[in-house]
Amino acid sequence: MSNKILVAIDGSEGGKRALGAAVEYAKLTHSSLILSYIIDWSPYSFHTPEELDERQKRRESEIQRAHDSILNPEIEALGDQNLSIETVVRHGKIAEALKNIADEYKATQIYIGKLGESRVRSMIFGSVTAALVQTSLLPVTVVP
Amino acid sequence: MKKLLLLFSLVFIPFTNVYAGIDEAINNATAPIATFIGKVVFFKVPVFGAQLPLVVLWLVVGAVFFTFYMRFINVRGFKHAIQLVRGDYSDPKSHGEVSHFQALATAVSGTVGIGNIGGVAVAVTVGGAGATFWLIVAGILGMSTKFVECTLGVKYRQEFEDGHVSGGPMYYLRQGFSDRGMAGFGKFMGTFYAVGIFIGALGIGNMFQSNQAYVQLNTVAGGGLDGFGWLIGLILAGVVFSVIIGGIKSIARVTEKIVPFMAIFYCIFAIIVILMNIGSLPQAVSNIFTGAFTGEGVAGGALGAMIIGFQRAVFSNEAGIGSASIAHSAVKTNEPVTEGVVSLLEPFIDTIVICTITALVIGTAQVADPNFANGAQGVAMTSAAFQREFSWFPLPLAFAALLFAFSTMISWSYYGLKGWTYLFGESEKGQTAYKLIFCAFVALGCIVELGPILDISDALVFLICVPNILGLYFLAPIVKREMESYFARIESGEIKKFK
Repeated sequence: MSNKILVAIDGSEGGKRALGAAVEYAKLTHSSLILSYIIDWSPYSFHTPEELDERQKRRESEIQRAHDSILNPEIEALGDQNLSIETVVRHGKIAEALKNIADEYKATQIYIGKLGESRVRSMIFGSVTAALVQTSLLPVTVVP
Repeated sequence: MKKLLLLFSLVFIPFTNVYAGIDEAINNATAPIATFIGKVVFFKVPVFGAQLPLVVLWLVVGAVFFTFYMRFINVRGFKHAIQLVRGDYSDPKSHGEVSHFQALATAVSGTVGIGNIGGVAVAVTVGGAGATFWLIVAGILGMSTKFVECTLGVKYRQEFEDGHVSGGPMYYLRQGFSDRGMAGFGKFMGTFYAVGIFIGALGIGNMFQSNQAYVQLNTVAGGGLDGFGWLIGLILAGVVFSVIIGGIKSIARVTEKIVPFMAIFYCIFAIIVILMNIGSLPQAVSNIFTGAFTGEGVAGGALGAMIIGFQRAVFSNEAGIGSASIAHSAVKTNEPVTEGVVSLLEPFIDTIVICTITALVIGTAQVADPNFANGAQGVAMTSAAFQREFSWFPLPLAFAALLFAFSTMISWSYYGLKGWTYLFGESEKGQTAYKLIFCAFVALGCIVELGPILDISDALVFLICVPNILGLYFLAPIVKREMESYFARIESGEIKKFK
């Protein structure tokens, strides 16, 4: 059975380093990669009726934008390294959504950057990386 | 944007130049219209000495029928509604779409309005404590009506190519009747409803709200704003203008976020006030029950109390009007029934929880001191009941009332807009014209007195119940089939839980 590595990309430097490390490992072990970008979203937020009306349209454009401006440039930057790469964009809470994707795509491990967010934010809301490490059932590699 | 602002000021500057006596002039002009519309819509038949408006009977019979026909979906579906709102059945793959919680929260912000604070006081003043009992009964029955209309709203909504959706009674009336071979009639009903929701949006969802917000502000200011209705109206209209035309969504977003907290804050304080008056509570509760069946001191006795209770309940939770169906249609789901089930919670939160709490605050105050309100009515009466315990309470209450009014106006501006676009198409210019009219009515609402305003908006909103409920009867078998199939698939495990 081949390895599948799920890499969390968020457009930050930390995410880029995580991808770099994952690529090296994948080449060594002939694993395939799943690049994922999570759009932070909560089902419990409040909106005006007009916003709800436009939600579907917005969702599609958000997904499109994530592909165009974050995932695709990363893949292009990698160049042709003879790797099998899939991409996934999802809405949701980051740690939870990554876990769901890992389940769905039957990933065997997860790579994530250490510095994805500001210090203040992680002090108040807790770090996404820490949450993932705590709850994941798969090996998680945190790339500094 | 600048052009619009200019246009806006051109419409309103004449108002500001006139002295405060304008209030009176407009009042005198609207009163006869209100009386006439009221007489037509609330055509009354005498029943056992009480005057029963036919339209109220129409609503109650509808709600009772749907409760039985859907086999008490209002009770059966309750637990499932909470599971749906919690997201137990939402596929993580479809995250990012409008969630059940969001659709419900938006619809509730639209219905939790001044009716919950002031409308209950009106009911208790006119219909006695017993009206509260019937208000709750109407809320429970109204849950079934809501279920039917919201299921249909999703089922027959129209999805446009750019991804936005329009739904609501005008669409299900047109399509539903057409499916039954009555295309012409369906078209007529859809148009009738669209005209009604458009005018209703200017009344119940607009003038009534801004009027009560003004009254409340004036009470807090100790009458210092007497004759300045036009000024408050102008300011309110300006804020609404900046949101719905100026596209300053941040204001709306902030209100949408504050309103739920305000509602919780309101309920917590109401419960504290009730607890502080715990000695009067048993008497207040007993008044509600005895009043419901004896109707002591109420014109028309028990039936009189019942009529008032039902009337105010509909005015508050909008079951049977079809408005919520427009808001719920935005949900992305393959199962229209799920949205119907979720919408059950709306009359529950609005009428059964919030209205009952308000009624108990007023009821306990009345037991302790029958003259506590000093003749005050509407929101002012509720405010007086709170003031007995917390002298500072009118201030945050006024603020809450203002926000409730504002979020209701924003929601209704959307409902009215959907009526408008149904009639005149989706053109940008047309939509702007509608929004300008809407703002003008916000200002107008603060200028005229409560009496005629309440009559006009009450009447118009009840009028659109006629085509809506007629349509619900015709389409109920479709809803029933969908409902049975849906629950059978839940039972068999074909529809999976994700949590």
